[in-house]
Amino acid sequence: MSLANPARSARIARRKIANYAFTGFCFAVTAVALLALAAILWSLLSQGLGGLNLDVFTLSTPAPGSRGGLANAIVGSIMMCVLAMILATVVGVLAGTWLAEYAGSSRYGVAVRFINDVLLSAPSILVGLFVYEILVAPFGGFSGFAGAVALALLAAPVITRTTEDVLKLQAATLREAGVALGAPLSLVIREILWRSARGGILTGGLLAFARISGETAPLLFTALNNQFFSLDLSHPTANLPTVIFQYALSAYDDWRRLAWAGALLIAAAVLGVTILARLLAKEPSRR
Amino acid sequence: MNTLNPTEAFETSITDIPPAQVKLATRNLDFFYGQTKALKSVSIPFARNKVTALIGPSGCGKSTLLRTLNRMYALYPGQKATGEILLDGQNILDRKVDVSQLRARVGMVFQKPTPFPMSIYENVAFGVRLYEPLSKPDMDNRVEEALRRAALWDEVKDKLKESGLGLSGGQQQRLCVARGVAVRPEVLLLDEPTSALDPISSARLEETVTQLKADHTIVIVTHNLGQAARVSDYTGFMFLGELIEFGPTGNLFTRPAVKRTSDYITGRFG
Repeated sequence: MSLANPARSARIARRKIANYAFTGFCFAVTAVALLALAAILWSLLSQGLGGLNLDVFTLSTPAPGSRGGLANAIVGSIMMCVLAMILATVVGVLAGTWLAEYAGSSRYGVAVRFINDVLLSAPSILVGLFVYEILVAPFGGFSGFAGAVALALLAAPVITRTTEDVLKLQAATLREAGVALGAPLSLVIREILWRSARGGILTGGLLAFARISGETAPLLFTALNNQFFSLDLSHPTANLPTVIFQYALSAYDDWRRLAWAGALLIAAAVLGVTILARLLAKEPSRR
Repeated sequence: MNTLNPTEAFETSITDIPPAQVKLATRNLDFFYGQTKALKSVSIPFARNKVTALIGPSGCGKSTLLRTLNRMYALYPGQKATGEILLDGQNILDRKVDVSQLRARVGMVFQKPTPFPMSIYENVAFGVRLYEPLSKPDMDNRVEEALRRAALWDEVKDKLKESGLGLSGGQQQRLCVARGVAVRPEVLLLDEPTSALDPISSARLEETVTQLKADHTIVIVTHNLGQAARVSDYTGFMFLGELIEFGPTGNLFTRPAVKRTSDYITGRFG
């Protein structure tokens, strides 16, 4: 019987110990990561919930010591993020589709892919400076539009990359099956591949949204900030990250409370959008 | 319209197919994957309203040959075919031939079921919409007819609005057949259509194929020699990119003319 072989059973015992050791190690490391996350959420909730009240959503940022809220910053952030996501989704999905379906290993394709990867990890402050140079300085002023463009520049590479990746994951046979019916490739992409890759593309959009929703650096050079409520994106526009940055560093307790409340709002927004997108991405009748 | 006589293609091959009965034929067809030559001067006729089976060991080029017949290979850069493929006498390798229209005439069903991520009804209607603007009732009829011909209607008639992805593997494959026949192609190419199916689903699909030849010219690639013997009227045996032997299925299986063919069908290699 092979099990009776002593050398063999010693080896098996050693493997078992190694297995337990590594499983335990992985478990411990996971626990450390989760603890850090829990600590962040805890401080966010404990400090932020206290500052949350109706005023936060109805009043604009106050002078120190007076009553106020974050309404201008919330609305400014929503407007800029929505506009940025629209721009980034159009560019990102189309570019990702081109890379996955048409570019192949052509020189231009390889170059675009490489540059996109560089942009993916470009420091956001550089993107802010770039937009400052092309949209703020020449037009003589900070604006919400410039802010949205800076955010879009950060979001588009994420969407491009995930779109390309999920389209490449789609079975070649699905593409061939569409084409085999006499459909042009462009129609197969729009009607079949995008639908099939919907979940993945949405996830890419989410990642991008999560990335830009808390970005401060690119907004400092572009949207700047605005103490007053405004729906006009052609002027400096209030936004949560800049307000948090400014208020959290201030000496006033009421400002710091608002900063915590703002941080909690961003985290809640990312969570809410994630859940919403997961629900939308579900294939309803799939078994 | 090119009016070449398609029969010239296989003067050298032994066949009793009358020229008028040839729907599709290749003549001296070479095929390249980059530098690799995968088909070597293949000349083979496919008879109208008959089932032609392509058999041979893995890598012999039978699927490659199938994929030239609707120019599926054109999706991939670096793949090219030279020679002639005559559909009703017209060379479809000609640059002027529109591949989308060609593929509407020459349909294909794949090895693995590939339902589209949409409802059963939409799966079948998708291809029809491309070329025929049918009214709602006409489209309903077309979808029903296609599903009946693929022997799937009874199983799905109450859930046409449900996703095609929810069907079993065998049902999905018959859905793909329904989708293929709904556009009323003249030729139907089947690439190992039962290799991913259980025996019962395979048997149903074979019945379907036999019924479909009344309206279509069918080419089927299969690894299953029993299947080739059961469903086909003509069989071509391929080896290393060459067509070794072609003839009526009964003759090829009972009295193969070439030793390599008999070795293969008796299981001595491959």
